[in-house]
Amino acid sequence: MPDEHSADLRPDAETDVTSVVCPVTFAKATAALDELENGRILAIRLNDGEAARNVPLSMKDEGHQVLKLTDNGDGTCTLLVRKT
Amino acid sequence: MVVDYAALKSGGFMRQKQKNHFSMRLKVIGGELEAAQLAAIAEVAEKYGRGRVHLTARQGVEIPFIKLADVETVKADLMSKGVFTGVCGPRVRTVTACQGNAVCPSGCIDTYTLARGISERYFGRELPHKFKFGVTGCRNNCLKAEENDLGVKGVYCVSWSHEACNLCGVCVKACREGAISVREDTLFMDENLCNNCGRCAKACPSRAWIGEPGYLLSFAGTFGNRIAQGRQILPPLKDTATLFRAADAALDFFDRHGKPGERLLAAVERAGWDLFEKIIRAEALHA
Repeated sequence: MPDEHSADLRPDAETDVTSVVCPVTFAKATAALDELENGRILAIRLNDGEAARNVPLSMKDEGHQVLKLTDNGDGTCTLLVRKT
Repeated sequence: MVVDYAALKSGGFMRQKQKNHFSMRLKVIGGELEAAQLAAIAEVAEKYGRGRVHLTARQGVEIPFIKLADVETVKADLMSKGVFTGVCGPRVRTVTACQGNAVCPSGCIDTYTLARGISERYFGRELPHKFKFGVTGCRNNCLKAEENDLGVKGVYCVSWSHEACNLCGVCVKACREGAISVREDTLFMDENLCNNCGRCAKACPSRAWIGEPGYLLSFAGTFGNRIAQGRQILPPLKDTATLFRAADAALDFFDRHGKPGERLLAAVERAGWDLFEKIIRAEALHA
């Protein structure tokens, strides 16, 4: 089980990509990660649906550590990613 | 001069409405050409055609306006540069494919390698009528597998490990079918909803979901004068040896039951889907 627990995951930065669509969701999230040091955690607020389905996979493919995807219950989700 | 149109057609030369002109169909597998081949095609189109090509509906390339007198010269010229002519008529046609997992993040299988394998084994084989193979890498189905006499779709057969899972929630959203849910600190998967797309395994950050590539076949699709979706009659196949046994059986069935000029679908309908399914299952699965 978890070496990561949600309670221990405090984001170092946040970005909101709910106002954009693919592929800008990915580009904007990547730009926010570029600002961070390795090992830091970014919280990405994204729309439920296509973005919530695809952005976690894209982040994984880019080599980052995907930590948690939480449904905010308001049509958005929050994805926590550790830059690697 | 007596023109052997059948021989020309089997070699991929289609008669044009313009007298003594042919559109030359080239051999392309899975829509993939090297830049050097494209350069050779461009050169030939300039020299012997009208400096243009047609990209066909099934990922092929045709050079129109080749004169009958030049056909053999053009063929030799192209062959010397690694470009070969395609086929038309009652035989196995161009094998189409998407880019698959060699390029596309969604791909579950190596479509290029499989398309080349299929082409090597069957391309040009004579049958009662045309026979089309298409290979698509995943459930997104960019290559439209079910349009083909035999379509191949890449899938993942997935399994989940409780120990490796940290319930991050990524797979719940990654699944388009709503098959996965997290309740009371554990994960549930409704296998009746799972369509083997493999998105859970692809998205899983902790290798709790493992996906093994599989091949989902569809048979007897047709998308010409008659339009019908190919049918899945087998579970996802785990290896290409099984896939080729199924394909061998389908082509043999077509040879045995097909009448000249009719597609696999017509042969299957006349002989009966039950018989077709029984034969394919027996040959592919030894069941």
